[in-house]
Amino acid sequence: MNKVMSDKWFITLYILPAMLLLGILIFIPLILTGYYGLMRWDGIGSMEFIGLTNYINVIQDGVFWRSAGHSFLLALFSTLSLIIYLAVAMILASKIKGSDFLRKIYLIPMLLSSVAIAQLWIKIYNPSNGMLNEILRGLGVQNPPLWLADPNIVLYSIFVPILWQYAGFYILIYYAALKGIPESIVEAAKIDGATPVQIAFKIKLPLIMGVVKVTVVLAIIGSLKYFDLIWVMTGGGPNGASEVMASYMYKLAFANNNFGYGSAVAFMLLLITLLVTLVVRKLTADKEEIQY
Amino acid sequence: MGRIGYFLLYICLSIVAVFQIFPIVWLFLFSLKDNREIFAGSPFALPSEIQWQNYVNVWQGGIGNYFFNSVWITGVSIVLTLLFASMAVFVITRMTWKLNKFFLGLFMVGLMIPIHSSLIPLFSMFLSVNLIDNPWSIVLTYTAYNLPITMMILLGFFYTIPKEIEEAAIIDGASLHRLFFRIILPISTPILSTTAIINMIYNWNEFVFVNTFIASDRYKTLTVGIQNFVGQYMTDWGAIGATLVISVLPILVAFLFFSNKIVDGISSSAVKG
Repeated sequence: MNKVMSDKWFITLYILPAMLLLGILIFIPLILTGYYGLMRWDGIGSMEFIGLTNYINVIQDGVFWRSAGHSFLLALFSTLSLIIYLAVAMILASKIKGSDFLRKIYLIPMLLSSVAIAQLWIKIYNPSNGMLNEILRGLGVQNPPLWLADPNIVLYSIFVPILWQYAGFYILIYYAALKGIPESIVEAAKIDGATPVQIAFKIKLPLIMGVVKVTVVLAIIGSLKYFDLIWVMTGGGPNGASEVMASYMYKLAFANNNFGYGSAVAFMLLLITLLVTLVVRKLTADKEEIQY
Repeated sequence: MGRIGYFLLYICLSIVAVFQIFPIVWLFLFSLKDNREIFAGSPFALPSEIQWQNYVNVWQGGIGNYFFNSVWITGVSIVLTLLFASMAVFVITRMTWKLNKFFLGLFMVGLMIPIHSSLIPLFSMFLSVNLIDNPWSIVLTYTAYNLPITMMILLGFFYTIPKEIEEAAIIDGASLHRLFFRIILPISTPILSTTAIINMIYNWNEFVFVNTFIASDRYKTLTVGIQNFVGQYMTDWGAIGATLVISVLPILVAFLFFSNKIVDGISSSAVKG
Protein backbone atom coordinates (compact mmCIF):
# COMPACT_ATOMS: atom_id res chain seq x y z
CA MET A 1 0.00 0.00 0.00
CA ASN A 2 2.60 2.56 1.10
CA LYS A 3 4.75 1.58 -1.83
CA VAL A 4 1.92 2.29 -4.23
CA MET A 5 1.13 5.64 -2.58
CA SER A 6 4.71 6.89 -2.99
CA ASP A 7 5.05 6.10 -6.69
CA LYS A 8 7.60 8.71 -7.84
CA TRP A 9 6.57 8.60 -11.51
CA PHE A 10 2.95 9.14 -10.69
CA ILE A 11 3.69 12.05 -8.34
CA THR A 12 5.90 13.77 -10.92
CA LEU A 13 3.37 13.25 -13.69
CA TYR A 14 0.50 14.69 -11.66
CA ILE A 15 2.29 17.68 -10.18
CA LEU A 16 4.07 18.64 -13.39
CA PRO A 17 1.29 20.49 -15.32
CA ALA A 18 0.44 22.76 -12.38
CA MET A 19 4.12 23.28 -11.55
CA LEU A 20 5.07 24.16 -15.13
CA LEU A 21 2.21 26.62 -15.55
CA LEU A 22 2.94 28.31 -12.25
CA GLY A 23 6.68 28.37 -12.80
CA ILE A 24 6.62 29.63 -16.37
CA LEU A 25 3.68 32.04 -16.15
CA ILE A 26 3.95 33.36 -12.58
CA PHE A 27 7.35 32.86 -10.95
CA ILE A 28 9.73 33.33 -13.89
CA PRO A 29 7.96 36.54 -15.06
CA LEU A 30 8.25 37.91 -11.54
CA ILE A 31 12.03 37.49 -11.60
CA LEU A 32 12.21 38.80 -15.18
CA THR A 33 10.37 41.98 -14.15
CA GLY A 34 13.17 42.83 -11.75
CA TYR A 35 15.72 42.01 -14.47
CA TYR A 36 14.00 44.05 -17.22
CA GLY A 37 14.02 46.97 -14.80
CA LEU A 38 17.81 47.09 -15.30
CA MET A 39 17.41 47.64 -19.04
CA ARG A 40 16.63 50.37 -21.49
CA TRP A 41 14.12 48.61 -23.72
CA ASP A 42 11.15 49.46 -25.94
CA GLY A 43 9.71 45.92 -25.77
CA ILE A 44 10.63 44.97 -29.35
CA GLY A 45 14.21 46.01 -30.10
CA SER A 46 17.34 44.91 -28.25
CA MET A 47 17.87 45.61 -24.57
CA GLU A 48 20.61 47.80 -23.23
CA PHE A 49 21.89 47.24 -19.70
CA ILE A 50 21.81 50.49 -17.74
CA GLY A 51 22.26 49.23 -14.18
CA LEU A 52 20.08 50.73 -11.48
CA THR A 53 19.27 53.90 -13.46
CA ASN A 54 15.58 53.01 -13.86
CA TYR A 55 15.18 52.18 -10.17
CA ILE A 56 16.91 55.40 -9.12
CA ASN A 57 14.64 57.32 -11.49
CA VAL A 58 11.54 55.66 -10.03
CA ILE A 59 12.58 56.71 -6.54
CA GLN A 60 12.96 60.31 -7.74
CA ASP A 61 9.83 60.19 -9.94
CA GLY A 62 7.20 62.61 -8.60
CA VAL A 63 4.45 61.06 -10.76
CA PHE A 64 5.17 57.62 -9.34
CA TRP A 65 4.98 58.80 -5.73
CA ARG A 66 1.83 60.78 -6.41
CA SER A 67 0.29 57.62 -7.90
CA ALA A 68 1.53 55.61 -4.94
CA GLY A 69 -0.09 58.20 -2.65
CA HIS A 70 -3.42 57.63 -4.43
CA SER A 71 -3.03 53.86 -4.02
CA PHE A 72 -2.35 54.26 -0.30
CA LEU A 73 -5.34 56.60 0.06
CA LEU A 74 -7.51 53.89 -1.51
CA ALA A 75 -6.00 51.38 0.92
CA LEU A 76 -6.91 53.69 3.82
CA PHE A 77 -10.50 54.12 2.65
CA SER A 78 -10.88 50.39 1.98
CA THR A 79 -9.63 49.58 5.46
CA LEU A 80 -11.89 52.16 7.14
CA SER A 81 -14.92 50.93 5.20
CA LEU A 82 -14.34 47.49 6.74
CA ILE A 83 -15.79 48.93 9.97
CA ILE A 84 -19.12 49.58 8.22
CA TYR A 85 -19.10 46.12 6.63
CA LEU A 86 -18.40 44.55 10.01
CA ALA A 87 -21.30 46.46 11.56
CA VAL A 88 -23.65 45.37 8.77
CA ALA A 89 -22.49 41.77 9.16
CA MET A 90 -23.08 41.94 12.93
CA ILE A 91 -26.66 43.09 12.37
CA LEU A 92 -27.19 40.45 9.69
CA ALA A 93 -25.89 37.67 11.90
CA SER A 94 -28.08 38.62 14.86
CA LYS A 95 -30.99 36.34 13.96
CA ILE A 96 -32.54 38.71 11.46
CA LYS A 97 -35.19 37.21 9.19
CA GLY A 98 -34.19 37.27 5.54
CA SER A 99 -30.48 37.65 6.30
CA ASP A 100 -29.68 34.97 3.73
CA PHE A 101 -31.49 36.90 1.01
CA LEU A 102 -29.97 40.27 1.96
CA ARG A 103 -26.47 38.82 2.05
CA LYS A 104 -26.92 37.60 -1.52
CA ILE A 105 -28.24 40.97 -2.67
CA TYR A 106 -25.17 42.64 -1.18
CA LEU A 107 -22.89 40.27 -3.05
CA ILE A 108 -24.23 40.95 -6.56
CA PRO A 109 -21.92 43.88 -7.50
CA MET A 110 -18.89 41.71 -6.77
CA LEU A 111 -19.97 39.18 -9.40
CA LEU A 112 -20.00 41.69 -12.23
CA SER A 113 -16.98 42.53 -14.35
CA SER A 114 -15.07 45.67 -13.50
CA VAL A 115 -15.56 46.88 -17.06
CA ALA A 116 -19.34 46.62 -16.82
CA ILE A 117 -19.29 48.31 -13.41
CA ALA A 118 -17.01 51.05 -14.72
CA GLN A 119 -19.26 51.71 -17.70
CA LEU A 120 -22.33 51.72 -15.50
CA TRP A 121 -20.78 54.23 -13.08
CA ILE A 122 -19.60 56.43 -15.94
CA LYS A 123 -23.28 56.66 -16.81
CA ILE A 124 -24.28 57.28 -13.18
CA TYR A 125 -21.73 60.11 -12.96
CA ASN A 126 -22.64 61.59 -16.37
CA PRO A 127 -22.89 65.33 -15.67
CA SER A 128 -26.03 66.03 -17.71
CA ASN A 129 -28.02 62.78 -17.84
CA GLY A 130 -26.54 60.58 -15.12
CA MET A 131 -28.65 59.18 -12.31
CA LEU A 132 -26.69 60.97 -9.59
CA ASN A 133 -26.97 64.49 -10.98
CA GLU A 134 -30.61 63.95 -11.93
CA ILE A 135 -31.32 63.12 -8.31
CA LEU A 136 -29.23 66.07 -7.09
CA ARG A 137 -31.04 68.45 -9.44
CA GLY A 138 -34.31 67.00 -8.24
CA LEU A 139 -33.22 67.93 -4.71
CA GLY A 140 -32.57 71.48 -5.85
CA VAL A 141 -28.78 71.45 -6.32
CA GLN A 142 -28.06 74.06 -9.00
CA ASN A 143 -24.67 73.02 -10.32
CA PRO A 144 -23.98 69.41 -9.41
CA PRO A 145 -20.25 68.47 -9.68
CA LEU A 146 -18.52 67.06 -12.74
CA TRP A 147 -17.69 63.87 -10.89
CA LEU A 148 -15.05 62.40 -13.19
CA ALA A 149 -13.70 65.56 -14.80
CA ASP A 150 -12.95 67.61 -11.68
CA PRO A 151 -9.37 66.81 -10.56
CA ASN A 152 -10.23 67.65 -6.96
CA ILE A 153 -12.91 64.99 -6.58
CA VAL A 154 -12.25 62.45 -9.33
CA LEU A 155 -10.27 60.17 -7.00
CA TYR A 156 -13.13 59.96 -4.50
CA SER A 157 -15.67 59.53 -7.30
CA ILE A 158 -13.75 56.42 -8.35
CA PHE A 159 -13.34 55.10 -4.81
CA VAL A 160 -17.12 54.87 -4.37
CA PRO A 161 -17.73 52.17 -7.02
CA ILE A 162 -14.59 50.30 -5.90
CA LEU A 163 -15.87 50.14 -2.32
CA TRP A 164 -19.38 49.41 -3.63
CA GLN A 165 -18.06 46.45 -5.64
CA TYR A 166 -16.35 44.77 -2.69
CA ALA A 167 -18.81 45.58 0.13
CA GLY A 168 -20.76 42.34 -0.26
CA PHE A 169 -17.57 40.29 -0.31
CA TYR A 170 -16.39 41.54 3.09
CA ILE A 171 -19.88 41.41 4.61
CA LEU A 172 -20.06 37.79 3.47
CA ILE A 173 -16.72 36.91 5.04
CA TYR A 174 -17.59 38.57 8.36
CA TYR A 175 -21.01 36.94 8.34
CA ALA A 176 -19.47 33.50 7.83
CA ALA A 177 -17.01 34.15 10.66
CA LEU A 178 -19.74 35.40 13.03
CA LYS A 179 -21.90 32.37 12.26
CA GLY A 180 -18.95 30.19 13.24
CA ILE A 181 -19.06 31.45 16.84
CA PRO A 182 -20.65 28.77 19.03
CA GLU A 183 -24.13 29.71 20.18
CA SER A 184 -23.34 28.60 23.74
CA ILE A 185 -20.78 31.40 24.29
CA VAL A 186 -23.27 34.12 23.33
CA GLU A 187 -26.02 32.47 25.40
CA ALA A 188 -23.76 32.29 28.45
CA ALA A 189 -22.97 36.01 28.12
CA LYS A 190 -26.68 36.83 27.86
CA ILE A 191 -27.43 34.89 31.02
CA ASP A 192 -24.67 36.83 32.76
CA GLY A 193 -26.51 40.00 31.78
CA ALA A 194 -24.36 41.30 28.92
CA THR A 195 -26.00 43.88 26.62
CA PRO A 196 -26.03 43.35 22.84
CA VAL A 197 -23.35 46.05 22.47
CA GLN A 198 -21.16 44.35 25.06
CA ILE A 199 -21.65 41.01 23.33
CA ALA A 200 -20.65 42.56 19.99
CA PHE A 201 -17.50 44.31 21.23
CA LYS A 202 -16.34 42.15 24.11
CA ILE A 203 -17.19 38.69 22.80
CA LYS A 204 -17.90 38.50 19.08
CA LEU A 205 -15.25 40.94 17.87
CA PRO A 206 -12.33 39.33 19.76
CA LEU A 207 -13.44 35.89 18.56
CA ILE A 208 -13.36 36.84 14.87
CA MET A 209 -10.23 39.00 15.15
CA GLY A 210 -8.25 36.49 13.07
CA VAL A 211 -10.64 36.91 10.16
CA VAL A 212 -10.68 40.70 10.58
CA LYS A 213 -6.89 40.73 10.23
CA VAL A 214 -7.07 38.65 7.06
CA THR A 215 -9.57 41.10 5.57
CA VAL A 216 -7.38 44.08 6.49
CA VAL A 217 -4.50 42.48 4.61
CA LEU A 218 -6.77 41.63 1.67
CA ALA A 219 -8.17 45.17 1.53
CA ILE A 220 -4.75 46.79 1.64
CA ILE A 221 -3.10 44.51 -0.93
CA GLY A 222 -6.16 44.70 -3.20
CA SER A 223 -6.05 48.50 -3.05
CA LEU A 224 -2.33 48.84 -3.70
CA LYS A 225 -2.55 46.81 -6.89
CA TYR A 226 -5.94 48.15 -7.98
CA PHE A 227 -6.30 48.87 -11.69
CA ASP A 228 -9.42 47.84 -13.63
CA LEU A 229 -12.09 50.40 -12.72
CA ILE A 230 -9.66 53.30 -12.73
CA TRP A 231 -8.27 52.35 -16.11
CA VAL A 232 -11.70 52.13 -17.73
CA MET A 233 -13.29 55.12 -16.01
CA THR A 234 -10.56 57.76 -16.28
CA GLY A 235 -7.35 56.13 -17.53
CA GLY A 236 -5.68 57.85 -14.56
CA GLY A 237 -6.85 61.32 -15.65
CA PRO A 238 -7.65 64.11 -15.71
CA ASN A 239 -3.99 65.05 -15.71
CA GLY A 240 -2.89 62.23 -13.40
CA ALA A 241 -5.43 63.15 -10.72
CA SER A 242 -6.62 59.54 -10.45
CA GLU A 243 -3.40 57.76 -11.42
CA VAL A 244 -2.45 54.76 -9.27
CA MET A 245 0.70 52.62 -9.33
CA ALA A 246 -0.70 49.92 -11.60
CA SER A 247 -2.21 52.34 -14.12
CA TYR A 248 1.05 54.32 -14.24
CA MET A 249 3.01 51.13 -14.90
CA TYR A 250 0.54 50.02 -17.59
CA LYS A 251 0.70 53.38 -19.33
CA LEU A 252 4.52 53.39 -19.31
CA ALA A 253 4.81 49.91 -20.77
CA PHE A 254 1.87 49.48 -23.11
CA ALA A 255 1.12 53.06 -24.20
CA ASN A 256 4.61 54.59 -24.22
CA ASN A 257 6.56 51.38 -25.03
CA ASN A 258 8.90 52.17 -22.18
CA PHE A 259 9.23 48.54 -21.08
CA GLY A 260 12.42 48.97 -19.06
CA TYR A 261 11.13 51.79 -16.90
CA GLY A 262 7.67 50.20 -16.74
CA SER A 263 9.29 47.02 -15.40
CA ALA A 264 11.10 49.00 -12.73
CA VAL A 265 7.76 50.52 -11.66
CA ALA A 266 6.15 47.05 -11.72
CA PHE A 267 8.93 45.71 -9.52
CA MET A 268 8.49 48.60 -7.08
CA LEU A 269 4.77 47.77 -7.00
CA LEU A 270 5.65 44.20 -6.06
CA LEU A 271 8.16 45.28 -3.41
CA ILE A 272 5.78 47.81 -1.86
CA THR A 273 2.94 45.26 -1.78
CA LEU A 274 5.11 42.59 -0.15
CA LEU A 275 6.61 45.07 2.31
CA VAL A 276 3.22 46.45 3.37
CA THR A 277 1.88 42.90 3.74
CA LEU A 278 4.78 42.04 6.02
CA VAL A 279 4.37 45.20 8.09
CA VAL A 280 0.60 44.74 8.48
CA ARG A 281 1.07 41.08 9.44
CA LYS A 282 3.70 42.10 11.99
CA LEU A 283 1.61 44.92 13.46
CA THR A 284 -1.46 42.74 13.82
CA ALA A 285 0.40 39.66 14.99
CA ASP A 286 -1.14 38.04 18.04
CA LYS A 287 0.71 37.40 21.22
CA GLU A 288 -1.84 34.78 22.11
CA GLU A 289 -4.41 33.13 19.88
CA ILE A 290 -7.93 33.09 21.25
CA GLN A 291 -9.34 29.59 21.39
CA TYR A 292 -12.91 28.52 21.69
CA MET B 1 -34.35 44.21 21.83
CA GLY B 2 -37.79 45.62 21.14
CA ARG B 3 -39.87 45.92 18.04
CA ILE B 4 -38.56 49.42 17.30
CA GLY B 5 -34.98 48.20 17.57
CA TYR B 6 -35.56 45.51 14.96
CA PHE B 7 -37.39 47.98 12.76
CA LEU B 8 -34.40 50.34 12.81
CA LEU B 9 -32.01 47.49 12.01
CA TYR B 10 -34.13 46.50 9.02
CA ILE B 11 -34.08 50.10 7.82
CA CYS B 12 -30.26 50.10 7.96
CA LEU B 13 -30.00 46.78 6.13
CA SER B 14 -32.49 47.88 3.50
CA ILE B 15 -30.61 51.11 2.81
CA VAL B 16 -27.47 49.05 2.21
CA ALA B 17 -29.43 46.68 -0.04
CA VAL B 18 -30.86 49.54 -2.10
CA PHE B 19 -27.43 51.09 -2.43
CA GLN B 20 -25.99 47.77 -3.62
CA ILE B 21 -28.72 46.86 -6.04
CA PHE B 22 -30.17 50.08 -7.39
CA PRO B 23 -27.40 50.96 -9.89
CA ILE B 24 -27.96 47.56 -11.49
CA VAL B 25 -31.73 48.00 -11.57
CA TRP B 26 -31.18 51.39 -13.20
CA LEU B 27 -28.97 49.68 -15.81
CA PHE B 28 -31.76 47.18 -16.66
CA LEU B 29 -34.26 50.03 -16.86
CA PHE B 30 -32.30 52.20 -19.26
CA SER B 31 -31.31 49.23 -21.43
CA LEU B 32 -35.02 49.01 -22.28
CA LYS B 33 -35.59 52.69 -22.98
CA ASP B 34 -34.82 54.93 -25.92
CA ASN B 35 -32.65 58.03 -25.59
CA ARG B 36 -35.56 60.45 -25.42
CA GLU B 37 -36.99 58.66 -22.43
CA ILE B 38 -33.63 58.17 -20.70
CA PHE B 39 -32.72 61.85 -20.95
CA ALA B 40 -36.13 63.38 -20.34
CA GLY B 41 -37.71 60.96 -17.88
CA SER B 42 -36.97 60.12 -14.28
CA PRO B 43 -34.20 57.55 -13.71
CA PHE B 44 -36.65 55.61 -11.52
CA ALA B 45 -39.42 55.35 -14.14
CA LEU B 46 -40.29 52.09 -15.85
CA PRO B 47 -39.92 52.18 -19.65
CA SER B 48 -43.17 53.40 -21.23
CA GLU B 49 -42.62 51.14 -24.21
CA ILE B 50 -40.10 48.35 -23.81
CA GLN B 51 -37.33 48.71 -26.40
CA TRP B 52 -36.20 45.14 -27.09
CA GLN B 53 -34.77 46.65 -30.24
CA ASN B 54 -31.72 47.78 -28.24
CA TYR B 55 -30.81 44.15 -27.61
CA VAL B 56 -31.46 43.07 -31.19
CA ASN B 57 -29.31 45.93 -32.50
CA VAL B 58 -26.24 45.24 -30.38
CA TRP B 59 -26.45 41.48 -30.90
CA GLN B 60 -26.54 41.97 -34.66
CA GLY B 61 -23.83 44.60 -34.32
CA GLY B 62 -21.36 41.81 -33.49
CA ILE B 63 -21.48 41.28 -29.76
CA GLY B 64 -22.33 37.63 -30.43
CA ASN B 65 -18.73 37.02 -31.46
CA TYR B 66 -17.35 38.42 -28.18
CA PHE B 67 -19.91 36.38 -26.30
CA PHE B 68 -18.84 33.18 -28.02
CA ASN B 69 -15.14 33.90 -27.30
CA SER B 70 -15.91 34.50 -23.64
CA VAL B 71 -17.84 31.23 -23.44
CA TRP B 72 -15.18 28.95 -24.93
CA ILE B 73 -12.19 30.67 -23.30
CA THR B 74 -13.90 30.59 -19.91
CA GLY B 75 -14.97 26.96 -20.40
CA VAL B 76 -11.65 25.54 -21.58
CA SER B 77 -9.76 27.40 -18.84
CA ILE B 78 -12.09 26.04 -16.16
CA VAL B 79 -11.60 22.44 -17.34
CA LEU B 80 -7.80 22.78 -17.45
CA THR B 81 -7.61 24.57 -14.09
CA LEU B 82 -9.80 22.02 -12.33
CA LEU B 83 -7.96 19.06 -13.85
CA PHE B 84 -4.44 20.31 -13.09
CA ALA B 85 -5.38 21.66 -9.67
CA SER B 86 -7.04 18.43 -8.54
CA MET B 87 -4.13 16.33 -9.86
CA ALA B 88 -1.65 18.46 -7.93
CA VAL B 89 -3.78 18.58 -4.78
CA PHE B 90 -4.28 14.80 -4.98
CA VAL B 91 -0.56 14.05 -4.90
CA ILE B 92 0.08 16.74 -2.28
CA THR B 93 -2.61 15.54 0.13
CA ARG B 94 -2.83 11.79 -0.53
CA MET B 95 0.58 10.57 -1.65
CA THR B 96 3.58 9.97 0.60
CA TRP B 97 6.65 11.93 -0.49
CA LYS B 98 9.16 14.35 0.93
CA LEU B 99 8.56 17.54 -0.99
CA ASN B 100 4.80 17.87 -0.65
CA LYS B 101 4.97 20.63 1.99
CA PHE B 102 7.46 22.51 -0.15
CA PHE B 103 5.23 22.36 -3.25
CA LEU B 104 2.21 23.29 -1.22
CA GLY B 105 4.01 26.40 0.04
CA LEU B 106 5.11 27.27 -3.48
CA PHE B 107 1.55 27.10 -4.79
CA MET B 108 0.26 29.21 -1.93
CA VAL B 109 2.88 31.91 -2.61
CA GLY B 110 1.18 32.20 -5.99
CA LEU B 111 -1.86 33.61 -4.19
CA MET B 112 -0.02 36.75 -3.17
CA ILE B 113 1.40 37.85 -6.51
CA PRO B 114 0.00 41.07 -8.00
CA ILE B 115 -0.59 40.28 -11.68
CA HIS B 116 0.71 43.65 -12.81
CA SER B 117 4.16 42.71 -11.58
CA SER B 118 4.41 39.92 -14.14
CA LEU B 119 2.50 41.47 -17.02
CA ILE B 120 5.44 42.87 -19.01
CA PRO B 121 7.51 39.63 -19.05
CA LEU B 122 4.35 37.64 -19.84
CA PHE B 123 3.75 39.90 -22.81
CA SER B 124 7.30 39.53 -24.12
CA MET B 125 7.28 35.76 -23.54
CA PHE B 126 4.07 35.34 -25.50
CA LEU B 127 5.41 37.66 -28.19
CA SER B 128 8.51 35.50 -28.64
CA VAL B 129 6.48 32.28 -29.06
CA ASN B 130 3.90 33.94 -31.33
CA LEU B 131 1.06 33.71 -28.85
CA ILE B 132 0.24 37.41 -28.78
CA ASP B 133 -3.15 37.98 -30.36
CA ASN B 134 -3.84 34.28 -29.95
CA PRO B 135 -6.61 33.20 -27.57
CA TRP B 136 -4.47 30.35 -26.18
CA SER B 137 -2.28 32.88 -24.41
CA ILE B 138 -5.40 33.86 -22.48
CA VAL B 139 -6.42 30.26 -21.75
CA LEU B 140 -2.93 29.44 -20.44
CA THR B 141 -2.76 32.57 -18.29
CA TYR B 142 -6.22 32.05 -16.80
CA THR B 143 -5.36 28.45 -16.01
CA ALA B 144 -2.09 29.35 -14.31
CA TYR B 145 -3.37 32.32 -12.34
CA ASN B 146 -6.47 30.49 -11.08
CA LEU B 147 -4.54 27.40 -9.96
CA PRO B 148 -3.54 28.70 -6.49
CA ILE B 149 -7.04 29.76 -5.40
CA THR B 150 -8.59 26.60 -6.87
CA MET B 151 -6.07 24.41 -5.10
CA MET B 152 -6.69 26.22 -1.83
CA ILE B 153 -10.43 25.51 -1.99
CA LEU B 154 -9.83 21.86 -2.97
CA LEU B 155 -7.21 21.26 -0.28
CA GLY B 156 -9.56 21.06 2.69
CA PHE B 157 -11.84 18.56 0.98
CA PHE B 158 -9.06 16.29 -0.27
CA TYR B 159 -7.56 16.01 3.21
CA THR B 160 -10.87 14.64 4.53
CA ILE B 161 -11.25 11.79 2.03
CA PRO B 162 -11.07 8.54 4.08
CA LYS B 163 -7.95 6.44 3.53
CA GLU B 164 -10.11 3.28 3.39
CA ILE B 165 -11.47 4.33 0.00
CA GLU B 166 -7.99 4.37 -1.49
CA GLU B 167 -6.95 1.17 0.23
CA ALA B 168 -9.98 -0.68 -1.04
CA ALA B 169 -9.38 0.51 -4.58
CA ILE B 170 -5.69 -0.40 -4.57
CA ILE B 171 -6.35 -3.83 -3.03
CA ASP B 172 -8.95 -4.46 -5.73
CA GLY B 173 -6.15 -3.92 -8.20
CA ALA B 174 -7.04 -0.44 -9.48
CA SER B 175 -4.17 1.64 -10.81
CA LEU B 176 -3.48 5.09 -9.35
CA HIS B 177 -4.85 6.72 -12.50
CA ARG B 178 -8.02 4.72 -12.18
CA LEU B 179 -8.25 5.59 -8.49
CA PHE B 180 -7.91 9.30 -9.32
CA PHE B 181 -10.23 9.52 -12.32
CA ARG B 182 -12.84 6.91 -11.36
CA ILE B 183 -13.07 7.37 -7.59
CA ILE B 184 -11.46 10.58 -6.29
CA LEU B 185 -12.79 12.94 -8.96
CA PRO B 186 -16.38 11.63 -8.83
CA ILE B 187 -16.61 11.92 -5.03
CA SER B 188 -15.18 15.44 -5.27
CA THR B 189 -17.94 16.67 -7.57
CA PRO B 190 -19.54 19.04 -5.03
CA ILE B 191 -16.31 20.88 -4.26
CA LEU B 192 -15.23 20.78 -7.91
CA SER B 193 -18.46 22.47 -8.95
CA THR B 194 -17.88 25.18 -6.34
CA THR B 195 -14.41 25.87 -7.72
CA ALA B 196 -15.76 25.73 -11.28
CA ILE B 197 -18.24 28.48 -10.58
CA ILE B 198 -15.66 30.64 -8.80
CA ASN B 199 -13.38 30.16 -11.81
CA MET B 200 -16.24 31.04 -14.12
CA ILE B 201 -16.74 34.38 -12.39
CA TYR B 202 -13.02 35.22 -12.51
CA ASN B 203 -12.55 34.22 -16.14
CA TRP B 204 -15.73 35.76 -17.46
CA ASN B 205 -14.92 39.11 -15.87
CA GLU B 206 -11.16 39.23 -16.47
CA PHE B 207 -9.98 42.35 -18.25
CA VAL B 208 -6.24 43.09 -18.02
CA PHE B 209 -4.86 39.98 -19.74
CA VAL B 210 -7.26 40.16 -22.68
CA ASN B 211 -6.72 43.89 -23.02
CA THR B 212 -2.96 43.35 -23.14
CA PHE B 213 -2.53 40.14 -25.14
CA ILE B 214 -5.35 40.36 -27.67
CA ALA B 215 -5.38 43.01 -30.38
CA SER B 216 -7.79 41.83 -33.08
CA ASP B 217 -11.52 42.07 -32.70
CA ARG B 218 -12.31 38.46 -33.56
CA TYR B 219 -10.51 37.08 -30.49
CA LYS B 220 -11.68 39.62 -27.93
CA THR B 221 -13.88 38.57 -25.06
CA LEU B 222 -16.92 40.43 -23.78
CA THR B 223 -15.14 42.52 -21.14
CA VAL B 224 -12.82 44.08 -23.69
CA GLY B 225 -15.33 43.91 -26.54
CA ILE B 226 -17.90 46.00 -24.71
CA GLN B 227 -15.26 48.73 -24.44
CA ASN B 228 -15.28 48.98 -28.27
CA PHE B 229 -19.04 48.89 -28.33
CA VAL B 230 -19.43 51.69 -25.86
CA GLY B 231 -17.12 53.79 -28.02
CA GLN B 232 -19.21 53.00 -31.08
CA TYR B 233 -22.59 53.76 -29.51
CA MET B 234 -21.28 56.80 -27.66
CA THR B 235 -24.61 58.64 -27.48
CA ASP B 236 -27.03 55.71 -27.70
CA TRP B 237 -27.47 54.88 -24.01
CA GLY B 238 -30.09 52.21 -24.66
CA ALA B 239 -27.63 50.23 -26.79
CA ILE B 240 -24.85 50.62 -24.23
CA GLY B 241 -27.21 49.45 -21.52
CA ALA B 242 -28.21 46.42 -23.55
CA THR B 243 -24.53 45.58 -24.17
CA LEU B 244 -23.73 45.76 -20.48
CA VAL B 245 -26.76 43.67 -19.52
CA ILE B 246 -25.79 40.97 -22.03
CA SER B 247 -22.28 40.91 -20.57
CA VAL B 248 -23.43 40.48 -16.95
CA LEU B 249 -26.43 38.24 -17.54
CA PRO B 250 -24.66 34.85 -17.62
CA ILE B 251 -23.10 35.49 -14.22
CA LEU B 252 -26.37 36.72 -12.75
CA VAL B 253 -28.19 33.64 -14.08
CA ALA B 254 -25.48 31.42 -12.62
CA PHE B 255 -25.92 33.26 -9.32
CA LEU B 256 -29.65 32.67 -9.41
CA PHE B 257 -29.14 28.90 -9.65
CA PHE B 258 -25.93 28.37 -7.71
CA SER B 259 -25.94 31.20 -5.18
CA ASN B 260 -25.15 28.86 -2.29
CA LYS B 261 -22.16 27.40 -4.09
CA ILE B 262 -20.88 30.88 -4.92
CA VAL B 263 -21.33 32.05 -1.34
CA ASP B 264 -19.53 28.95 -0.02
CA GLY B 265 -16.73 29.26 -2.52
CA ILE B 266 -16.09 32.93 -1.84
CA SER B 267 -16.23 32.63 1.91
CA SER B 268 -14.06 29.52 2.09
CA SER B 269 -11.48 30.94 -0.31
CA ALA B 270 -11.05 34.07 1.79
CA VAL B 271 -11.44 32.83 5.34
CA LYS B 272 -8.90 30.07 4.95
CA GLY B 273 -6.37 32.50 3.52
